Amino acid sequence: MKNNYLELMKRKNEIMKKSVGIDYSLFESGSIAFDYERMMEKVGYSLKEIRGIQEETGVGNTPMYELHNLTNLARSLVPKGKGARIFLKDEASNPSGSFKARRAATAVYHAKKLGFSGVIAATSGNYGAAVASQAAMRGMNCIIVQECYDSKGKGQPEIIEKARKCEAFGAEVVQLSVGPELFYTFLKLLEETGYFNASLYTPFGIAGVETLGYELNKQMIERTGKSPDTVVITNAGGGNLTGTARGLIKAGADKTEIIAASVNLKGLHMASDSDFNKKSFTTGHTGFGIPFATVPDRSDVPRSAARPLRYMDRYVTVNQGEVFYMTEALAQLEGLERGPAGNVSLAAAFAIAQEMDKNQTIIVQETEYTGAGKHLQPQLTFARNNGIKISLGNPADEVPGKSIILPSHPSCITVQDINLNKLRQSLITNSLKEINRDKHKNITDEDIKFLADETKSRPEIVKEIIRTIEL
Amino acid sequence: MTAKKGDWVRIHSILIEAEDRAPRVPVDTAKVPYELWAKGLLITGKAEIGKKVEIETITGRKISGEIIEINPSYNHDFGEFIPEILTIDKQLKDLMGEISQ
Repeated sequence: MKNNYLELMKRKNEIMKKSVGIDYSLFESGSIAFDYERMMEKVGYSLKEIRGIQEETGVGNTPMYELHNLTNLARSLVPKGKGARIFLKDEASNPSGSFKARRAATAVYHAKKLGFSGVIAATSGNYGAAVASQAAMRGMNCIIVQECYDSKGKGQPEIIEKARKCEAFGAEVVQLSVGPELFYTFLKLLEETGYFNASLYTPFGIAGVETLGYELNKQMIERTGKSPDTVVITNAGGGNLTGTARGLIKAGADKTEIIAASVNLKGLHMASDSDFNKKSFTTGHTGFGIPFATVPDRSDVPRSAARPLRYMDRYVTVNQGEVFYMTEALAQLEGLERGPAGNVSLAAAFAIAQEMDKNQTIIVQETEYTGAGKHLQPQLTFARNNGIKISLGNPADEVPGKSIILPSHPSCITVQDINLNKLRQSLITNSLKEINRDKHKNITDEDIKFLADETKSRPEIVKEIIRTIEL
Repeated sequence: MTAKKGDWVRIHSILIEAEDRAPRVPVDTAKVPYELWAKGLLITGKAEIGKKVEIETITGRKISGEIIEINPSYNHDFGEFIPEILTIDKQLKDLMGEISQ
Protein backbone atom coordinates (compact mmCIF):
# COMPACT_ATOMS: atom_id res chain seq x y z
CA MET A 1 0.00 0.00 0.00
CA LYS A 2 2.84 2.33 0.91
CA ASN A 3 4.30 2.03 -2.58
CA ASN A 4 0.92 2.47 -4.22
CA TYR A 5 0.47 5.63 -2.21
CA LEU A 6 3.80 7.12 -3.21
CA GLU A 7 3.45 6.06 -6.85
CA LEU A 8 0.05 7.64 -7.11
CA MET A 9 1.27 10.82 -5.46
CA LYS A 10 4.02 11.00 -8.09
CA ARG A 11 1.33 11.10 -10.78
CA LYS A 12 -0.57 13.77 -8.88
CA ASN A 13 0.15 16.68 -11.22
CA GLU A 14 -0.56 14.64 -14.32
CA ILE A 15 -3.91 13.42 -12.90
CA MET A 16 -4.80 16.95 -11.84
CA LYS A 17 -4.02 18.46 -15.22
CA LYS A 18 -6.24 15.92 -16.94
CA SER A 19 -9.08 16.18 -14.44
CA VAL A 20 -9.42 19.96 -14.27
CA GLY A 21 -8.27 20.75 -17.79
CA ILE A 22 -5.94 23.50 -16.57
CA ASP A 23 -2.22 23.70 -17.23
CA TYR A 24 -1.23 25.63 -14.14
CA SER A 25 2.38 25.87 -15.31
CA LEU A 26 1.32 28.56 -17.79
CA PHE A 27 0.88 30.99 -14.92
CA GLU A 28 4.01 30.10 -12.97
CA SER A 29 7.07 32.34 -12.86
CA GLY A 30 9.39 29.58 -11.70
CA SER A 31 9.81 31.37 -8.42
CA ILE A 32 7.30 32.25 -5.65
CA ALA A 33 5.15 34.45 -7.86
CA PHE A 34 2.44 33.22 -10.18
CA ASP A 35 0.05 35.30 -12.22
CA TYR A 36 -3.16 34.98 -10.22
CA GLU A 37 -5.16 37.56 -12.16
CA ARG A 38 -4.20 36.08 -15.52
CA MET A 39 -5.21 32.63 -14.26
CA MET A 40 -8.61 34.00 -13.19
CA GLU A 41 -9.03 35.78 -16.51
CA LYS A 42 -7.86 33.04 -18.88
CA VAL A 43 -9.47 30.09 -17.17
CA GLY A 44 -12.51 31.59 -15.49
CA TYR A 45 -15.59 33.19 -16.94
CA SER A 46 -16.67 36.82 -16.95
CA LEU A 47 -19.26 37.94 -14.44
CA LYS A 48 -21.80 38.27 -17.25
CA GLU A 49 -21.13 34.74 -18.50
CA ILE A 50 -21.45 33.34 -15.01
CA ARG A 51 -24.74 35.09 -14.40
CA GLY A 52 -26.00 33.42 -17.57
CA ILE A 53 -24.68 29.98 -16.55
CA GLN A 54 -26.21 30.27 -13.08
CA GLU A 55 -29.54 31.48 -14.41
CA GLU A 56 -29.81 28.30 -16.53
CA THR A 57 -29.98 26.22 -13.34
CA GLY A 58 -31.82 28.64 -11.06
CA VAL A 59 -28.77 29.58 -9.01
CA GLY A 60 -28.40 33.01 -7.42
CA ASN A 61 -30.72 36.02 -7.20
CA THR A 62 -31.38 35.05 -3.60
CA PRO A 63 -33.42 37.33 -1.34
CA MET A 64 -31.95 39.95 0.98
CA TYR A 65 -33.65 40.33 4.34
CA GLU A 66 -33.27 43.21 6.73
CA LEU A 67 -33.11 41.72 10.23
CA HIS A 68 -35.16 44.38 12.03
CA ASN A 69 -35.58 42.52 15.31
CA LEU A 70 -31.96 41.46 15.64
CA THR A 71 -30.91 45.01 14.77
CA ASN A 72 -33.18 46.33 17.55
CA LEU A 73 -31.82 43.74 19.96
CA ALA A 74 -28.23 44.76 19.15
CA ARG A 75 -29.14 48.46 19.53
CA SER A 76 -30.67 47.80 22.96
CA LEU A 77 -27.21 46.72 24.16
CA VAL A 78 -25.28 49.83 23.10
CA PRO A 79 -25.47 53.62 23.60
CA LYS A 80 -27.90 55.60 21.43
CA GLY A 81 -26.65 56.22 17.91
CA LYS A 82 -24.82 52.91 17.73
CA GLY A 83 -25.92 49.65 16.12
CA ALA A 84 -25.72 49.23 12.34
CA ARG A 85 -28.64 47.88 10.31
CA ILE A 86 -28.14 44.13 9.88
CA PHE A 87 -29.03 42.53 6.54
CA LEU A 88 -28.87 38.90 5.53
CA LYS A 89 -28.41 37.35 2.09
CA ASP A 90 -30.48 34.18 2.11
CA GLU A 91 -28.23 31.82 0.21
CA ALA A 92 -30.24 28.87 1.53
CA SER A 93 -32.69 29.72 -1.29
CA ASN A 94 -30.28 28.31 -3.85
CA PRO A 95 -31.31 24.95 -5.41
CA SER A 96 -29.09 22.86 -3.13
CA GLY A 97 -29.62 25.02 -0.05
CA SER A 98 -26.40 27.01 0.16
CA PHE A 99 -24.15 29.49 -1.66
CA LYS A 100 -22.07 26.50 -2.80
CA ALA A 101 -24.52 26.10 -5.69
CA ARG A 102 -22.79 29.12 -7.24
CA ARG A 103 -19.42 27.36 -7.20
CA ALA A 104 -20.87 24.09 -8.40
CA ALA A 105 -22.85 25.74 -11.21
CA THR A 106 -19.76 26.97 -13.02
CA ALA A 107 -17.69 23.84 -12.28
CA VAL A 108 -20.35 21.45 -13.60
CA TYR A 109 -21.10 23.66 -16.61
CA HIS A 110 -17.40 23.72 -17.44
CA ALA A 111 -17.07 19.95 -17.04
CA LYS A 112 -19.97 19.40 -19.42
CA LYS A 113 -18.54 21.84 -21.93
CA LEU A 114 -15.20 20.02 -21.88
CA GLY A 115 -16.99 16.73 -22.57
CA PHE A 116 -16.54 14.95 -19.24
CA SER A 117 -19.24 12.40 -18.39
CA GLY A 118 -19.08 12.93 -14.66
CA VAL A 119 -17.79 15.07 -11.82
CA ILE A 120 -16.08 14.29 -8.53
CA ALA A 121 -15.72 16.50 -5.49
CA ALA A 122 -14.05 15.85 -2.16
CA THR A 123 -16.18 17.54 0.49
CA SER A 124 -18.04 16.81 3.71
CA GLY A 125 -19.86 20.11 3.39
CA ASN A 126 -22.66 21.73 1.43
CA TYR A 127 -20.55 21.67 -1.71
CA GLY A 128 -21.30 17.97 -2.16
CA ALA A 129 -25.02 18.60 -2.39
CA ALA A 130 -24.36 21.57 -4.66
CA VAL A 131 -22.32 19.53 -7.15
CA ALA A 132 -24.80 16.65 -6.98
CA SER A 133 -27.71 19.01 -7.64
CA GLN A 134 -26.00 20.72 -10.57
CA ALA A 135 -24.88 17.35 -11.99
CA ALA A 136 -28.49 16.14 -11.83
CA MET A 137 -29.66 19.24 -13.72
CA ARG A 138 -27.03 18.80 -16.42
CA GLY A 139 -27.42 15.01 -16.65
CA MET A 140 -23.96 14.05 -15.45
CA ASN A 141 -22.68 11.37 -13.13
CA CYS A 142 -21.45 12.52 -9.76
CA ILE A 143 -19.28 11.10 -6.98
CA ILE A 144 -18.84 12.87 -3.66
CA VAL A 145 -15.99 11.82 -1.38
CA GLN A 146 -16.63 12.56 2.28
CA GLU A 147 -14.58 12.37 5.45
CA CYS A 148 -17.40 11.09 7.62
CA TYR A 149 -16.67 8.65 10.44
CA ASP A 150 -14.21 8.16 13.27
CA SER A 151 -12.61 4.76 13.89
CA LYS A 152 -15.65 3.69 15.94
CA GLY A 153 -17.85 4.28 12.90
CA LYS A 154 -19.50 7.28 14.52
CA GLY A 155 -20.35 10.16 12.21
CA GLN A 156 -21.35 13.77 12.69
CA PRO A 157 -25.13 14.10 12.14
CA GLU A 158 -24.44 17.13 9.94
CA ILE A 159 -22.21 15.14 7.57
CA ILE A 160 -24.62 12.22 7.46
CA GLU A 161 -27.40 14.58 6.42
CA LYS A 162 -25.21 15.98 3.66
CA ALA A 163 -24.56 12.44 2.41
CA ARG A 164 -28.32 11.85 2.31
CA LYS A 165 -28.83 15.04 0.31
CA CYS A 166 -26.15 14.05 -2.22
CA GLU A 167 -27.83 10.67 -2.66
CA ALA A 168 -31.19 12.41 -3.00
CA PHE A 169 -29.73 14.13 -6.08
CA GLY A 170 -28.52 10.81 -7.48
CA ALA A 171 -24.85 11.03 -6.53
CA GLU A 172 -22.62 8.21 -5.35
CA VAL A 173 -21.23 8.99 -1.91
CA VAL A 174 -17.92 7.46 -0.86
CA GLN A 175 -17.53 7.81 2.89
CA LEU A 176 -14.16 7.63 4.59
CA SER A 177 -12.72 7.65 8.07
CA VAL A 178 -10.65 10.54 9.42
CA GLY A 179 -7.34 11.31 7.73
CA PRO A 180 -5.46 13.10 4.97
CA GLU A 181 -5.52 9.92 2.85
CA LEU A 182 -8.81 11.23 1.52
CA PHE A 183 -6.71 12.93 -1.11
CA TYR A 184 -5.23 9.58 -2.15
CA THR A 185 -8.71 8.05 -2.54
CA PHE A 186 -9.82 11.13 -4.43
CA LEU A 187 -6.91 10.91 -6.89
CA LYS A 188 -7.53 7.20 -7.37
CA LEU A 189 -11.17 7.87 -8.21
CA LEU A 190 -10.23 10.62 -10.67
CA GLU A 191 -7.84 8.24 -12.41
CA GLU A 192 -10.27 5.33 -12.40
CA THR A 193 -13.32 7.23 -13.70
CA GLY A 194 -11.75 9.96 -15.82
CA TYR A 195 -14.32 12.35 -14.34
CA PHE A 196 -13.84 16.08 -13.91
CA ASN A 197 -12.34 17.31 -10.65
CA ALA A 198 -15.00 19.76 -9.47
CA SER A 199 -12.58 21.18 -6.96
CA LEU A 200 -13.75 24.02 -4.76
CA TYR A 201 -10.61 25.91 -5.62
CA THR A 202 -10.51 26.21 -9.41
CA PRO A 203 -10.82 29.65 -11.05
CA PHE A 204 -14.34 28.83 -12.33
CA GLY A 205 -15.46 27.70 -8.87
CA ILE A 206 -14.29 30.91 -7.25
CA ALA A 207 -15.55 33.06 -10.11
CA GLY A 208 -18.94 31.44 -9.47
CA VAL A 209 -19.09 33.21 -6.09
CA GLU A 210 -18.38 36.62 -7.63
CA THR A 211 -22.06 36.91 -8.53
CA LEU A 212 -22.86 36.80 -4.80
CA GLY A 213 -20.82 39.93 -4.13
CA TYR A 214 -22.22 41.58 -7.22
CA GLU A 215 -25.88 40.85 -6.34
CA LEU A 216 -25.37 41.82 -2.75
CA ASN A 217 -24.11 45.25 -3.72
CA LYS A 218 -26.93 45.78 -6.20
CA GLN A 219 -29.57 44.82 -3.65
CA MET A 220 -28.06 47.15 -1.04
CA ILE A 221 -27.99 50.07 -3.47
CA GLU A 222 -31.65 49.43 -4.27
CA ARG A 223 -32.54 49.23 -0.55
CA THR A 224 -30.35 51.89 1.01
CA GLY A 225 -28.97 53.93 -1.85
CA LYS A 226 -25.38 52.91 -1.20
CA SER A 227 -22.96 49.98 -1.10
CA PRO A 228 -22.77 48.11 2.22
CA ASP A 229 -20.30 49.45 4.79
CA THR A 230 -19.31 46.00 6.01
CA VAL A 231 -19.77 42.44 4.78
CA VAL A 232 -19.13 39.56 7.16
CA ILE A 233 -18.17 36.29 5.50
CA THR A 234 -17.86 32.86 7.10
CA ASN A 235 -14.34 31.70 6.35
CA ALA A 236 -13.01 28.16 5.93
CA GLY A 237 -11.16 27.40 2.68
CA GLY A 238 -11.29 31.08 1.68
CA GLY A 239 -13.33 30.70 -1.52
CA ASN A 240 -16.48 32.32 -0.19
CA LEU A 241 -14.50 35.36 0.92
CA THR A 242 -12.36 35.56 -2.22
CA GLY A 243 -15.29 35.26 -4.63
CA THR A 244 -17.58 37.63 -2.76
CA ALA A 245 -14.87 40.27 -2.36
CA ARG A 246 -13.96 40.05 -6.06
CA GLY A 247 -17.64 40.41 -6.97
CA LEU A 248 -17.98 43.47 -4.74
CA ILE A 249 -14.91 45.06 -6.30
CA LYS A 250 -16.22 44.31 -9.81
CA ALA A 251 -19.50 45.96 -8.79
CA GLY A 252 -17.58 49.06 -7.73
CA ALA A 253 -17.96 48.54 -3.98
CA ASP A 254 -14.25 48.86 -3.30
CA LYS A 255 -14.74 50.74 0.00
CA THR A 256 -16.75 47.96 1.64
CA GLU A 257 -14.97 46.44 4.61
CA ILE A 258 -14.50 42.68 4.27
CA ILE A 259 -14.56 40.79 7.55
CA ALA A 260 -13.84 37.08 7.77
CA ALA A 261 -15.42 35.09 10.60
CA SER A 262 -14.64 31.55 11.77
CA VAL A 263 -15.74 29.42 14.69
CA ASN A 264 -12.96 29.07 17.21
CA LEU A 265 -11.87 25.42 17.37
CA LYS A 266 -8.47 26.10 18.90
CA GLY A 267 -6.73 22.98 20.18
CA LEU A 268 -8.63 20.46 18.07
CA HIS A 269 -6.52 18.69 15.44
CA MET A 270 -8.33 18.32 12.13
CA ALA A 271 -6.73 14.97 11.24
CA SER A 272 -7.16 13.49 14.70
CA ASP A 273 -9.43 10.46 14.99
CA SER A 274 -10.39 11.29 18.59
CA ASP A 275 -10.91 15.05 18.02
CA PHE A 276 -13.07 14.49 14.94
CA ASN A 277 -16.37 14.14 16.80
CA LYS A 278 -15.53 16.61 19.53
CA LYS A 279 -16.20 19.54 17.27
CA SER A 280 -19.74 20.67 16.58
CA PHE A 281 -18.88 22.51 13.39
CA THR A 282 -17.58 20.63 10.39
CA THR A 283 -16.79 23.78 8.45
CA GLY A 284 -16.50 27.56 8.87
CA HIS A 285 -13.97 27.00 11.62
CA THR A 286 -10.42 28.08 12.41
CA GLY A 287 -9.11 24.55 11.72
CA PHE A 288 -9.59 25.32 8.01
CA GLY A 289 -9.73 29.10 8.09
CA ILE A 290 -6.24 29.80 9.39
CA PRO A 291 -4.20 27.18 7.49
CA PHE A 292 -5.96 27.96 4.19
CA ALA A 293 -5.39 31.69 4.67
CA THR A 294 -1.67 31.28 5.28
CA VAL A 295 -1.03 28.41 2.81
CA PRO A 296 -3.75 28.79 0.18
CA ASP A 297 -2.15 26.22 -2.13
CA ARG A 298 -2.73 23.39 0.36
CA SER A 299 -5.99 22.67 -1.52
CA ASP A 300 -6.70 19.89 -4.03
CA VAL A 301 -5.43 21.82 -7.07
CA PRO A 302 -1.84 23.02 -7.71
CA ARG A 303 -2.76 26.69 -7.42
CA SER A 304 -5.82 27.66 -5.44
CA ALA A 305 -8.03 30.42 -6.79
CA ALA A 306 -9.17 31.07 -3.20
CA ARG A 307 -6.68 33.52 -1.69
CA PRO A 308 -8.52 35.19 1.20
CA LEU A 309 -5.67 37.29 2.61
CA ARG A 310 -5.73 39.30 -0.64
CA TYR A 311 -9.14 40.67 0.29
CA MET A 312 -9.51 40.47 4.07
CA ASP A 313 -9.64 43.67 6.14
CA ARG A 314 -10.30 41.96 9.45
CA TYR A 315 -10.58 38.40 10.74
CA VAL A 316 -12.61 37.53 13.83
CA THR A 317 -13.59 34.37 15.65
CA VAL A 318 -16.76 33.49 17.51
CA ASN A 319 -17.45 30.49 19.73
CA GLN A 320 -19.63 27.49 18.97
CA GLY A 321 -22.15 28.45 21.68
CA GLU A 322 -22.57 31.91 20.17
CA VAL A 323 -23.35 30.51 16.73
CA PHE A 324 -25.92 28.07 18.11
CA TYR A 325 -27.49 30.92 20.08
CA MET A 326 -27.75 33.15 17.01
CA THR A 327 -29.18 30.25 14.99
CA GLU A 328 -31.98 30.04 17.54
CA ALA A 329 -32.39 33.83 17.67
CA LEU A 330 -32.69 33.97 13.85
CA ALA A 331 -35.55 31.47 14.00
CA GLN A 332 -37.28 32.97 17.03
CA LEU A 333 -36.99 36.66 16.18
CA GLU A 334 -36.77 36.74 12.40
CA GLY A 335 -38.78 33.66 11.46
CA LEU A 336 -35.89 32.19 9.48
CA GLU A 337 -34.83 28.67 10.37
CA ARG A 338 -31.40 28.06 8.87
CA GLY A 339 -28.49 25.65 9.49
CA PRO A 340 -26.03 26.51 12.24
CA ALA A 341 -22.75 26.43 10.28
CA GLY A 342 -23.97 29.16 7.93
CA ASN A 343 -24.68 31.42 10.89
CA VAL A 344 -21.05 32.00 11.90
CA SER A 345 -21.10 35.33 10.10
CA LEU A 346 -24.45 36.15 11.73
CA ALA A 347 -23.00 35.76 15.23
CA ALA A 348 -20.03 37.94 14.27
CA ALA A 349 -22.20 40.55 12.55
CA PHE A 350 -24.47 40.80 15.62
CA ALA A 351 -21.44 41.76 17.73
CA ILE A 352 -19.75 43.98 15.12
CA ALA A 353 -22.98 45.90 14.36
CA GLN A 354 -22.79 47.15 17.95
CA GLU A 355 -19.39 48.80 17.25
CA MET A 356 -20.83 50.60 14.22
CA ASP A 357 -23.04 53.66 13.84
CA LYS A 358 -26.79 53.46 13.43
CA ASN A 359 -26.72 54.80 9.86
CA GLN A 360 -24.26 52.14 8.71
CA THR A 361 -25.06 48.72 7.23
CA ILE A 362 -23.59 45.29 7.86
CA ILE A 363 -24.31 42.22 5.75
CA VAL A 364 -24.49 38.60 6.83
CA GLN A 365 -23.45 37.25 3.49
CA GLU A 366 -24.94 33.73 3.58
CA THR A 367 -27.27 31.20 5.13
CA GLU A 368 -27.58 27.44 4.59
CA TYR A 369 -30.50 25.01 4.71
CA THR A 370 -31.41 23.21 7.88
CA GLY A 371 -32.94 19.79 8.54
CA ALA A 372 -32.50 16.53 10.43
CA GLY A 373 -28.92 16.29 11.64
CA LYS A 374 -28.10 19.79 10.44
CA HIS A 375 -29.78 21.74 13.19
CA LEU A 376 -28.72 22.96 16.61
CA GLN A 377 -30.74 20.35 18.48
CA PRO A 378 -29.18 17.20 16.95
CA GLN A 379 -25.77 18.88 16.90
CA LEU A 380 -25.98 19.76 20.59
CA THR A 381 -27.35 16.28 21.35
CA PHE A 382 -24.39 14.74 19.54
CA ALA A 383 -21.98 16.98 21.45
CA ARG A 384 -23.57 16.10 24.79
CA ASN A 385 -23.40 12.38 23.95
CA ASN A 386 -19.69 12.82 23.15
CA GLY A 387 -18.99 14.18 26.62
CA ILE A 388 -19.05 17.89 25.71
CA LYS A 389 -20.48 19.95 28.57
CA ILE A 390 -23.31 22.20 27.42
CA SER A 391 -24.37 25.09 29.61
CA LEU A 392 -25.58 28.68 29.65
CA GLY A 393 -22.95 31.21 30.69
CA ASN A 394 -20.20 33.33 29.25
CA PRO A 395 -19.14 31.93 25.86
CA ALA A 396 -15.66 33.39 26.41
CA ASP A 397 -15.09 30.51 28.84
CA GLU A 398 -15.84 27.86 26.20
CA VAL A 399 -13.07 25.30 25.60
CA PRO A 400 -13.40 23.63 22.15
CA GLY A 401 -13.71 19.88 22.55
CA LYS A 402 -14.68 20.17 26.20
CA SER A 403 -17.55 22.62 26.45
CA ILE A 404 -20.12 24.57 24.50
CA ILE A 405 -21.29 27.66 26.36
CA LEU A 406 -24.50 29.24 25.12
CA PRO A 407 -24.60 32.94 25.99
CA SER A 408 -26.65 33.61 29.14
CA HIS A 409 -27.53 37.00 27.63
CA PRO A 410 -27.09 38.47 24.12
CA SER A 411 -24.63 41.00 25.56
CA CYS A 412 -22.16 38.12 26.08
CA ILE A 413 -21.81 37.68 22.29
CA THR A 414 -18.48 39.16 21.22
CA VAL A 415 -15.87 38.66 18.52
CA GLN A 416 -12.19 37.98 19.07
CA ASP A 417 -9.80 39.54 16.56
CA ILE A 418 -7.12 37.43 14.94
CA ASN A 419 -3.93 39.42 14.36
CA LEU A 420 -3.96 39.83 10.56
CA ASN A 421 -0.33 40.94 10.47
CA LYS A 422 0.69 37.66 12.03
CA LEU A 423 -1.22 35.78 9.34
CA ARG A 424 0.43 37.90 6.65
CA GLN A 425 3.83 37.20 8.13
CA SER A 426 2.99 33.52 8.27
CA LEU A 427 1.97 33.47 4.57
CA ILE A 428 5.23 35.18 3.61
CA THR A 429 7.29 32.79 5.77
CA ASN A 430 5.54 29.81 4.19
CA SER A 431 6.14 31.16 0.68
CA LEU A 432 9.84 31.74 1.41
CA LYS A 433 10.26 28.12 2.51
CA GLU A 434 9.89 27.08 -1.14
CA ILE A 435 12.76 29.36 -2.17
CA ASN A 436 14.95 28.44 0.78
CA ARG A 437 14.78 24.79 -0.20
CA ASP A 438 16.60 25.68 -3.40
CA LYS A 439 19.79 27.59 -2.56
CA HIS A 440 20.32 28.69 -6.16
CA LYS A 441 17.19 30.75 -6.18
CA ASN A 442 16.85 34.33 -5.07
CA ILE A 443 13.72 36.23 -4.29
CA THR A 444 12.78 38.49 -7.24
CA ASP A 445 11.03 41.87 -7.43
CA GLU A 446 8.14 40.02 -9.00
CA ASP A 447 7.98 37.80 -5.90
CA ILE A 448 7.87 40.84 -3.61
CA LYS A 449 5.06 42.39 -5.65
CA PHE A 450 3.21 39.06 -5.61
CA LEU A 451 3.57 38.69 -1.83
CA ALA A 452 2.31 42.26 -1.35
CA ASP A 453 -0.80 41.35 -3.40
CA GLU A 454 -1.15 38.07 -1.53
CA THR A 455 -1.26 39.89 1.80
CA LYS A 456 -3.16 43.07 0.79
CA SER A 457 -0.09 45.04 1.74
CA ARG A 458 2.78 46.97 0.11
CA PRO A 459 6.20 45.90 -1.24
CA GLU A 460 8.01 47.88 1.51
CA ILE A 461 6.07 46.03 4.18
CA VAL A 462 6.84 42.68 2.57
CA LYS A 463 10.54 43.57 2.42
CA GLU A 464 10.47 44.57 6.07
CA ILE A 465 8.79 41.30 7.04
CA ILE A 466 11.37 39.32 5.05
CA ARG A 467 14.17 41.19 6.84
CA THR A 468 12.72 40.27 10.25
CA ILE A 469 12.29 36.66 9.17
CA GLU A 470 15.90 36.48 7.99
CA LEU A 471 17.12 37.86 11.31
CA MET B 1 -29.68 -11.63 7.38
CA THR B 2 -28.96 -12.67 3.84
CA ALA B 3 -28.76 -10.40 0.84
CA LYS B 4 -29.51 -11.64 -2.64
CA LYS B 5 -28.18 -10.54 -5.98
CA GLY B 6 -29.56 -7.14 -6.96
CA ASP B 7 -30.22 -6.02 -3.36
CA TRP B 8 -29.17 -2.51 -2.37
CA VAL B 9 -26.49 -2.94 0.28
CA ARG B 10 -23.89 -0.99 2.21
CA ILE B 11 -20.33 -2.23 2.40
CA HIS B 12 -17.29 -1.46 4.46
CA SER B 13 -13.62 -2.02 3.70
CA ILE B 14 -10.19 -1.17 4.98
CA LEU B 15 -8.27 0.87 2.44
CA ILE B 16 -5.01 1.33 4.35
CA GLU B 17 -3.85 -0.69 7.36
CA ALA B 18 -2.77 1.26 10.45
CA GLU B 19 0.95 0.61 9.89
CA ASP B 20 0.82 2.01 6.36
CA ARG B 21 -0.95 5.28 7.09
CA ALA B 22 0.29 8.52 5.55
CA PRO B 23 3.30 10.13 7.17
CA ARG B 24 2.64 12.82 9.78
CA VAL B 25 -0.91 11.82 10.73
CA PRO B 26 -1.62 12.45 14.44
CA VAL B 27 -0.63 9.64 16.82
CA ASP B 28 -4.21 8.54 17.53
CA THR B 29 -5.09 8.42 13.82
CA ALA B 30 -1.93 6.43 13.02
CA LYS B 31 -3.15 3.66 15.35
CA VAL B 32 -6.30 2.94 13.35
CA PRO B 33 -6.81 1.78 9.76
CA TYR B 34 -8.20 3.97 6.99
CA GLU B 35 -11.74 2.83 6.20
CA LEU B 36 -14.36 3.19 3.49
CA TRP B 37 -18.15 2.87 3.37
CA ALA B 38 -20.16 2.74 0.14
CA LYS B 39 -23.53 1.65 -1.21
CA GLY B 40 -24.51 -0.29 -4.31
CA LEU B 41 -26.32 -3.24 -5.87
CA LEU B 42 -25.03 -6.65 -4.85
CA ILE B 43 -23.60 -8.37 -7.91
CA THR B 44 -21.90 -11.42 -6.41
CA GLY B 45 -25.08 -13.25 -5.42
CA LYS B 46 -26.46 -14.45 -2.11
CA ALA B 47 -24.38 -13.34 0.90
CA GLU B 48 -24.69 -12.97 4.66
CA ILE B 49 -23.90 -9.80 6.61
CA GLY B 50 -20.13 -9.69 7.18
CA LYS B 51 -19.28 -11.57 3.95
CA LYS B 52 -16.94 -10.10 1.36
CA VAL B 53 -18.88 -9.15 -1.77
CA GLU B 54 -18.77 -7.03 -4.87
CA ILE B 55 -21.23 -4.21 -5.55
CA GLU B 56 -22.04 -1.92 -8.42
CA THR B 57 -22.43 1.67 -7.28
CA ILE B 58 -24.95 4.15 -8.68
CA THR B 59 -22.33 5.45 -11.13
CA GLY B 60 -21.56 1.91 -12.31
CA ARG B 61 -18.28 1.36 -10.48
CA LYS B 62 -17.53 -2.11 -9.18
CA ILE B 63 -16.02 -2.23 -5.69
CA SER B 64 -15.68 -4.85 -2.98
CA GLY B 65 -15.98 -4.96 0.77
CA GLU B 66 -17.94 -6.74 3.47
CA ILE B 67 -21.71 -6.29 3.68
CA ILE B 68 -22.78 -4.38 6.74
CA GLU B 69 -26.37 -3.43 5.88
CA ILE B 70 -29.13 -4.53 3.52
CA ASN B 71 -31.51 -1.80 2.28
CA PRO B 72 -29.56 0.81 4.25
CA SER B 73 -31.58 3.71 5.64
CA TYR B 74 -30.93 7.09 7.23
CA ASN B 75 -31.31 7.37 10.98
CA HIS B 76 -30.24 10.91 11.69
CA ASP B 77 -32.94 13.02 13.34
CA PHE B 78 -33.65 16.21 15.28
CA GLY B 79 -31.89 14.96 18.39
CA GLU B 80 -33.09 15.17 21.97
CA PHE B 81 -34.75 18.08 23.68
CA ILE B 82 -32.17 20.64 24.84
CA PRO B 83 -33.68 22.54 27.79
CA GLU B 84 -31.17 25.41 27.46
CA ILE B 85 -32.71 26.33 24.10
CA LEU B 86 -36.06 26.98 25.75
CA THR B 87 -34.36 29.31 28.25
CA ILE B 88 -32.86 31.25 25.33
CA ASP B 89 -36.25 31.50 23.59
CA LYS B 90 -37.95 32.79 26.72
CA GLN B 91 -35.25 35.39 27.37
CA LEU B 92 -35.29 36.62 23.76
CA LYS B 93 -39.07 37.11 23.92
CA ASP B 94 -38.78 39.00 27.22
CA LEU B 95 -36.01 41.25 25.88
CA MET B 96 -37.97 42.04 22.72
CA GLY B 97 -41.00 42.84 24.89
CA GLU B 98 -38.91 45.33 26.86
CA ILE B 99 -37.50 46.90 23.67
CA SER B 100 -40.92 47.44 22.10
CA GLN B 101 -42.22 49.28 25.19
